[in-house]
Amino acid sequence: MAAFDDDHPPRADLINDCVHCGFCLPTCPTYALWGEEMDSPRGRIHLMSQGLGGEPLSDSMVTHFDRCLGCLACVTACPSGVRYDTLIADTRQQVERRHPRPLRDRALRAAIFALFPYPRRLRLLRGPLRAYQASGLRRLVGRTGLARHAPTLAMMESLAPTLSRPVRLPERIPPRGPRRAVVGMLTGCVQSAFFPDVNAATARVLAAEGCEVLIPRTQGCCGALSVHAGRRSEARAFARALIDAFSGGDLGHRDLDHRDLDYLVVNAAGCGSSLKEYGELLADDPAYAERAAALSARVRDLSELLVELGPVAPRHPLPVTVAYHDACHLAHGQGVRAQPRALLRAIPDLELREIADPELCCGSAGVWNLLNPEPARQLGERKARDVLATGARLLVTANPGCLMQIAAAVRRLGSATGDSTTGRCSAAGDSSATGGVAIGLAHTAQVLDASIRGLPVDALG
Amino acid sequence: MTATSMTATSTTAIGTLAARLRTVLGTDRVISDRQELRTYECDGLAQYRVVPALVVFPHTAAECAAVVKACAAAGVPFVARGSGTGLSGGALPHADGVLIVTAQMRRILELAPADERAVVEPGVINLQVTRAATPAGYYYAPDPSSQQICSIGGNVAENSGGAHCLKYGFTTNHVTGVEIVTPDGDLVRLGGRAPDAPGYDLLGAFVGSEGTLGIATEVTVRLVRLPETVRTLLAAFDTTDAAGAATSAIIGAGVVPAAIEMMDALAIEAAEAAVHCDYPAGAGAVLIVELDGPAADVEAQFVAVERLCRDNGAFEIRIAADDAERALFWKGRKSAFAAVGRISPDYIVQDGVIPRTALPDVLRRIGEIAAEHGVRIANVFHAGDGNLHPLVLFDDAADGQAARAEAASGAILDLCIEYGGSITGEHGVGVDKAKHMPRMFTADDLDTMQLVRCAFDPRGLSNPGKVFPTPRLCGEVPGRHKGAHPLQEAGVAEVF
Ligand SMILES: Cc1cc2nc3c(=O)[nH]c(=O)nc-3n(C[C@H](O)[C@H](O)[C@H](O)COP(=O)(O)OP(=O)(O)OC[C@H]3O[C@@H](n4cnc5c(N)ncnc54)[C@H](O)[C@@H]3O)c2cc1C
Ligand code: SF4
Ligand code: SF4
Repeated sequence: MAAFDDDHPPRADLINDCVHCGFCLPTCPTYALWGEEMDSPRGRIHLMSQGLGGEPLSDSMVTHFDRCLGCLACVTACPSGVRYDTLIADTRQQVERRHPRPLRDRALRAAIFALFPYPRRLRLLRGPLRAYQASGLRRLVGRTGLARHAPTLAMMESLAPTLSRPVRLPERIPPRGPRRAVVGMLTGCVQSAFFPDVNAATARVLAAEGCEVLIPRTQGCCGALSVHAGRRSEARAFARALIDAFSGGDLGHRDLDHRDLDYLVVNAAGCGSSLKEYGELLADDPAYAERAAALSARVRDLSELLVELGPVAPRHPLPVTVAYHDACHLAHGQGVRAQPRALLRAIPDLELREIADPELCCGSAGVWNLLNPEPARQLGERKARDVLATGARLLVTANPGCLMQIAAAVRRLGSATGDSTTGRCSAAGDSSATGGVAIGLAHTAQVLDASIRGLPVDALG
Repeated sequence: MTATSMTATSTTAIGTLAARLRTVLGTDRVISDRQELRTYECDGLAQYRVVPALVVFPHTAAECAAVVKACAAAGVPFVARGSGTGLSGGALPHADGVLIVTAQMRRILELAPADERAVVEPGVINLQVTRAATPAGYYYAPDPSSQQICSIGGNVAENSGGAHCLKYGFTTNHVTGVEIVTPDGDLVRLGGRAPDAPGYDLLGAFVGSEGTLGIATEVTVRLVRLPETVRTLLAAFDTTDAAGAATSAIIGAGVVPAAIEMMDALAIEAAEAAVHCDYPAGAGAVLIVELDGPAADVEAQFVAVERLCRDNGAFEIRIAADDAERALFWKGRKSAFAAVGRISPDYIVQDGVIPRTALPDVLRRIGEIAAEHGVRIANVFHAGDGNLHPLVLFDDAADGQAARAEAASGAILDLCIEYGGSITGEHGVGVDKAKHMPRMFTADDLDTMQLVRCAFDPRGLSNPGKVFPTPRLCGEVPGRHKGAHPLQEAGVAEVF
């Protein structure tokens, strides 16, 4: 049986754009780990082409597709403009539909996808201990056979930061000063469950910069995790619901229509890149195609929007050294690299430092670290070492997955001192690598918020 | 070209060999899954494809030697592969052979900036050497455009060059010693740390041997002090003639730039599409000229270069204000090959050398070749040393275009020979240009080269089928033919 059916196979014309130059290899995390062609972008494209040429979707072929983190570093690196993002998305949904996975693997995936896209279920994961004790999860674990996946579970436990009380944001936040834009705000699953402070900071920064912020409570998952895992129909369902949430009903005493929104702001890199692709995701759905495309066009990462609008709120000095980590789905997925750096540099007394090999993924990659715990650990530790080597006091990034992944790796490298509280997990670095300096972690929004409000550095990480 | 199917006997031989290699390397590092093998069927020159029988990943020199020894014992040919970016099919596998991939041998074993030396494993990426040495104020000078991914082992095998080889020389000038596995599986050292070793220059023979004399398992390279000053300018001209004249004027004035690179309009278009390098609009050609060295020298020469560019018709000159701008100038140039994929579905990267002074003539002739064959040709080249990289653009889907592109590409090589140049500057002969070797060398020239091959690899197991147009049998004295060998009678091989 041929590897792919006619329902959106990886496109031959996109595959043929690849000239086999290999320039994408050094930025690919799996090639960095293993040095094997079939676990490189060039090799994966070759496997897709084999699939189109009649090779079956074998276990080994699927393994190499599965091992791809979807970090899209290869898209940035490719001088020929190969659309690997589109290729792997098409391939993944073929794999999910057509490849019978072993039972354990299926159970694990089912369990993860029964959990992650649902903020309320996620909230049950409150800190390493309570995560496992949370009755809901334990039942889920028992029922699905998740327990047999000890490494994944261990990874999940090591990742989960302890939670502060969930922050309940109002549905409408008025601008401070004259209104410059009306923006919808996505709260995200992982972000809202594990890092509610980040959402609160985002809303405050937006309001301070003159945005009226609308946060519909009906919003759920954007479908990013599903789409990156090839669960396309599940992703489409999430997308439709989200479009509805931002285009209907009475919200904070005003009728919301998506056309009223100047922007839809996202503070999680993975969500942002998937929202920007709603147009493509729902292109075949006549009822939603147009609204999806219209919404996608309004989506902005927080840093993108703030640079577009230009600052009005005064910044207070924040004397701190910051290492900025490019989240893959921001840097490679959305091409947003300069804006967060510019915003951070504009804060008086803040010193920005660059991390070596900035293009290399930290190994978080959606739920990849749960499905591939061992290589994820290696990538996380490599990144943590590079981060600690900057000697910065604070690590800043714009994706909840990266924050959890790097925090866990930093903890492993050094001895954890830290309560990894919401959005400000702090951990002591390996003293040999850092001279005993601890590093705190924060989202870009929190740093901006602290500067605008004139909070001390200690308020962060 | 497609893979020939394996004979029954070779299949069992391979099966036995695979089992043997698994005991040496472990199961994970011996690949025999068809689909996985196929990802290794080609290098950077993807029109040649052969699926290897096995792919193996040694981690140490000793493992590499054990693999080669096992191959030699079984009489199975083997091919080395680094990062698979070669552009002449040098790492094209053998259908009944083992592909030995060095990509996992990537440790920098020693970094000794004070001695201006580094010792690296063959799979180490070229740019990584520079990155490791930079904090100490040193770098590795040879800089192929593929430097972010090509391996030092591949560089040694191809004697690779790059933009800065004009001043600093090719790989051969930067390697002082190698440890190799001979085709019998013995580990031996050629050269050392000293700049020159007594006796025959076997190191010199090995560098550029394209994997036919054995496999490099450790390479000692020179590190060069980072220059005090680097100054880079980008000059735009109306025509390649004017840019070529400027190049000759600069060299003629006794200036030795670190690099002089030229791109023509079509190449500029591709680079713009790929990396938005923002070269001056409307340029028929651009030159990138880089000077490096002590500040005072560089400043004086830079003024001269600027004047010579203007005298020869440069309508715009940009001077890189900082490293970021310099990087942008270079980004356009270094991504040019792969970037051509943006403006053409298929293309051939040609590599030839001509005397620098013939540049305007040769470029005109290349233009004529393009018109005659109905293809577009973009030109990117190391203008300073006359190393041309014409890119012949075509669409494989269109009838007959591939054949016409191939013909045009061959005609360019004839042109290089006609002007007293060479059929390859830095990409090597590999499988692609083996057929062109007799155009450049006499039968006696080639025989003499083969004597060297025979001394290292009498059974022809190390990367067979590359470099030479006809396989030969070793063990016979050249010239004195005593009766035909059975293979010779069968027309498969020649004796010398
Ligand atoms: C876009 C692009 C730009 C390029 N630009 C340049 C350029 O500017 N200058 C230039 O010179 N080249 C250039 N190249 C060609 C190529 O990158 C070089 O030839 C490079 O040295 C190949 O290195 P590799 O590791 O990819 O070797 P491979 O392609 O894997 O192998 C090349 C040859 O080396 C042999 N080999 C590999 N490792 C060993 C070893 N350890 N011992 C013995 N033999 C070995 C192989 O058998 C093969 O014959 C370019 C290629 C591309 C795709
Ligand atoms: S998306 Fe990331 S992991 Fe996947 S092939 Fe590209 S670089 Fe490698
Ligand atoms: S860089 Fe682009 S063209 Fe080159 S091998 Fe990778 S995907 Fe293919």
